[in-house]
Amino acid sequence: MSLDLGRPVAVWRPRTGASHRVDRRALVVCAVLVSVLLVLGCVSLAVGTYHLSLGEVVAALTGGGDRRAHTLVVEWRLPRLLFAIGCGIALAIAGAVFQSLTRNPLGSPDVIGLDAGSYTGAVVVTLIIGSTRYADIALGSLVGGLLTAALVYVLAYRRGAQGFRLIIVGIAVAAMLASFNSYLLMRVDPQTALIVASWGAGSLASLGYAQLVPFAVALVVLLPLLVLVASPLAQLELGDDAARAHGLRAERVRLGAVLLGVAFSSIVTAAAGPIAFVALVAPQIAHRLLRAPGPSLVTSALTGAVLLTAADVVAQQIAVSTGLVTVTLGGLYFIWLLIREYRRS
Amino acid sequence: MTDHTLEAQGLTLAYDKRVISEDLSTHVPVGSFTAIIGPNACGKSTLLRAFARLLSPRAGRVVLDGRDIASRGAKELARELGLLPQTSLAPDGIRVADLVARGRFPHQRVFDRWSPDDEAAVLRAMTATDVLDLSGRLVDELSGGQRQRVWVAMALAQETPVLLLDEPTTFLDIAHQIEVLELFRSINLEDGRTLVAVLHDLNQAARYASHIIAMRSGSIVAAGAPADVITPEIVEDVFSVPCRVIDDPESRTPLVIPLVRR
Repeated sequence: MSLDLGRPVAVWRPRTGASHRVDRRALVVCAVLVSVLLVLGCVSLAVGTYHLSLGEVVAALTGGGDRRAHTLVVEWRLPRLLFAIGCGIALAIAGAVFQSLTRNPLGSPDVIGLDAGSYTGAVVVTLIIGSTRYADIALGSLVGGLLTAALVYVLAYRRGAQGFRLIIVGIAVAAMLASFNSYLLMRVDPQTALIVASWGAGSLASLGYAQLVPFAVALVVLLPLLVLVASPLAQLELGDDAARAHGLRAERVRLGAVLLGVAFSSIVTAAAGPIAFVALVAPQIAHRLLRAPGPSLVTSALTGAVLLTAADVVAQQIAVSTGLVTVTLGGLYFIWLLIREYRRS
Repeated sequence: MTDHTLEAQGLTLAYDKRVISEDLSTHVPVGSFTAIIGPNACGKSTLLRAFARLLSPRAGRVVLDGRDIASRGAKELARELGLLPQTSLAPDGIRVADLVARGRFPHQRVFDRWSPDDEAAVLRAMTATDVLDLSGRLVDELSGGQRQRVWVAMALAQETPVLLLDEPTTFLDIAHQIEVLELFRSINLEDGRTLVAVLHDLNQAARYASHIIAMRSGSIVAAGAPADVITPEIVEDVFSVPCRVIDDPESRTPLVIPLVRR
């Protein structure tokens, strides 16, 4: 007799000692998302100041085609596309982790101040330490994100850091950091302020392979670690008592997940500046596509990649920063979400 | 199932600075259905939390099968000692079978998440609690009684020889209370699992439990078989309620009748 789970599920038991349930719907959703991503990727490589045909893009990617197309596709547009995909994945995962931790669709790293903290880190490095080197700014933003997470965690801590308190404290910290950032910018000469402000707009346009390599390495190191927190996080959604009765060390899991979530969101800010709302929106879209509980990390990651790639194509077309596009689109979603949460309660 | 002994030895239990119990010792008889009773804030849930290792004692220890539970691995302990918390949260959009399957967590490893054993245990738990028909339903859509049965199924799927239940009948109407208590009795008698439940209703405790621990302001006043604990003297001492205790004509267990105040 087999169990009715209310949705089609395939059981995968390749050999003794390993077994998994695979949601068929998730497989279909992921396949569709990958297809959409492929199409968007081709569009992203083809369009721009010089439009190329699909044939020219493929030729350039496979090593053929003329020199101009090769430069355009492989050297200029491909790193930007890879960045959009990678940042989309990282942001969506950070969002999924924090929304699961806080059990709240509002609990994403951009809302609870981690983006602002990363940006503060970058601003401090540029203005106070006086370095405009990429590596220094990246490091500053990583440290800023971690410190902000620590601050929010400590301020929200009372016999364990609970979800909603984390969000409220996070929003307050985000607001304080935003005004601190403005204050720092007001104090310096316009030239330096411009550099820092353009970082703060969140842009993928100026990024090349030199920045892609450290980012990709960080992403590849962080992704396997998710295996360790994915199912404990889902278990933690039952509440601390139940999770602990199931043999979970709740605070340890939470701390590990916070560190991992901050790392994912900080490597993006470090590379491209704060790109808001992908972390907020992607896991929620994934959740609705799947109609399944839990953080659903893979689907969220793919959704994030699709969203950010699409936003970047739009940004490319109308010549604004990617962050501006995500803020505009995400802002509308945020308003809708607030209204819905308000009506609910 | 093998014999499992659960004992509290000289426990001092406290939340931050507020001491609830001092030097508390008691034991849960092997294979019993033990009920912990007492007025509100007498420390009965606190004692249960200490049994479940949700609260570390400031002094003393909780001993399961001769070993201090504080020295056990988290997952290892969770395979022997289960808990149905007072309140649990159902993740958004979760379905019944999925929720019950979450009870298998302590038996699963990172790359072994849905073995035939897991599936069989979930089926057994859902059969025992009669929720198989609800299998594919959303937990949010269930009635209070159905939902509680699903939570019990999750705790059963954990397949622990000892199961702790924190006020399992609160928030249920009388029909569902009886249904859940009958279920516990059959789990206790048929599976031979040791149950420890915090209960509010004295008559239900007397009827369903085989061993009763009565508490007042953090201390144990009496412990033993229902007939020995549910007496007019002890009930008045514990709850400050003058009463008569008669023979329940239905179950032949003690029945508490509070006196009319004149």
